[in-house]
Amino acid sequence: MENATVAVPGGAASAGGSPLAIRGLVKEYLPGKPVLRGISLEIAPSGITAIIGPSGTGKSTLIRCINRLVEPTAGEILFEGRDLARLSRRDLREARRQIGMVFQEYNLVERLTVIENVLSGRLGYVSPFKAWLRRFPPADTGEAFDLLGIVGLGDYAHQRADALSGGQRQRVGIARALMQRPRLLLADEPTSSLDPKTSVEIMTLVRDLAHARGIPAVVNIHNVELARRFASRMVGLSGGEVVFDGPPDALTDQHLLAIYGGENWLE
Amino acid sequence: MTGGAGVRPANWLARAAWAAFALYLAYALSHLDFTPARFIAGLEFGRNFMAKLFPPDFHRWQLLLKGLKESLEIAILASALGLLISLPVSLLGARNLMPGWVTWAARLLMVVCRSFHPVIVAIVFVKAVGFGALAGVLALTVASVGFLGKLFTEAIEEISLKQVEAVRATGAPFMSVVVFGVLPQVFARFIGFASYELDANLRNSTMVGIVGAGGIGGTLFAAFQRFDYDFVCAIILSIIAMIVVGEVLTNAVKRVFRA
Repeated sequence: MENATVAVPGGAASAGGSPLAIRGLVKEYLPGKPVLRGISLEIAPSGITAIIGPSGTGKSTLIRCINRLVEPTAGEILFEGRDLARLSRRDLREARRQIGMVFQEYNLVERLTVIENVLSGRLGYVSPFKAWLRRFPPADTGEAFDLLGIVGLGDYAHQRADALSGGQRQRVGIARALMQRPRLLLADEPTSSLDPKTSVEIMTLVRDLAHARGIPAVVNIHNVELARRFASRMVGLSGGEVVFDGPPDALTDQHLLAIYGGENWLE
Repeated sequence: MTGGAGVRPANWLARAAWAAFALYLAYALSHLDFTPARFIAGLEFGRNFMAKLFPPDFHRWQLLLKGLKESLEIAILASALGLLISLPVSLLGARNLMPGWVTWAARLLMVVCRSFHPVIVAIVFVKAVGFGALAGVLALTVASVGFLGKLFTEAIEEISLKQVEAVRATGAPFMSVVVFGVLPQVFARFIGFASYELDANLRNSTMVGIVGAGGIGGTLFAAFQRFDYDFVCAIILSIIAMIVVGEVLTNAVKRVFRA
């Protein structure tokens, strides 16, 4: 590894069974100005891996490089043994179906109903024409209603998404991601637009559902306390590099200073 | 206000432009014999013309109805065809969804379609496919693609890409992204634009007949040339009635789709 990591010994998950390994990931939006400077990571096979770090340090870029909503400049993204960074468009679509994603601003299609939003998680498996006619397989429709019930929105199926509150929308976002029956869950600041109580509810939902379904989750989060409470593993990003990688218990104030810089804010 | 101290600095270029504009207006007025005397002289013609217009003559109502029916058909067919062609063309023209060279090709097509007045396009089609409604339908289809394409493209370029990104992230094929991520965001506006275009086509379909491209326009032009002014009046009243009915219809369509 060429980048200096303040990793805690034994903190990182072992290589065995990791569904996602990132090697030497570099992203430059402008040539010569890398946002990510050679990130190398292995995601734990289960539980939440939280990525913390100051604003503008590339957390969002990192998570978007995984399913290539942002194109990486260099490096490998090995998902179940395949390098996502090198996939053709067709193979990439195939891979994206295995990866659910939850967004900071929910990114629901506002003018569609809640149940249509949930069912959009199955769009990779039906033809565009059937999607247009809303002809999803009955099993998928049944599962969509079940999922809505699980996230506590059973009564809202036919409401338009823009009629919901922030917390409710994020629940729909989670249901949509799980509707893909994913083997990896990505969440980009899923609680940043929510109040503290709702944030905890959403993180509980993500942790419990991911655990129940055996889906490892990568969650960007800027709230360190929330990350500590829900993550089984924490990765600290600073200046586009990994500066901490280990279990929440191992994260000390020293590490936080290394991640966020400055001195007085911890007192 | 004496220079420099004002709220705004004096813009001498703008003042010169206004002065030049005023001078040109004065020139055009003197040049075109646009005078009160000429206007009063013209009123005499108007009085005679108005006298001959009334009462309207609906004796040849079958001819009238045939023309109106044809105009309506031209308008609706052209709108439907134009809509059908505009959907893919506008998608290809949207810079937020398509690579640059594709958008340029689609935009070029739309600009060409919009370059000429429908009547001029109709003249071309009359020469190309012969007299009759086919030429009218084709001419108005071209106009519809030009305008609907532009309006649709602009609507697509204003959508929220976050919603599109989320649908893309599910691994949906491109057309499904369009159906679930793009279309819901623009559908209501598309309905509004399409009904506006239908309205425009209704009016234009009464004109293309003047150059032989079918519809009530041909009947109107023939009546003018034969000085059948009472029949002209009947035709004009009927056209007004058709436009009003069209307005009511398009409003109903918009209400159905809650646009």
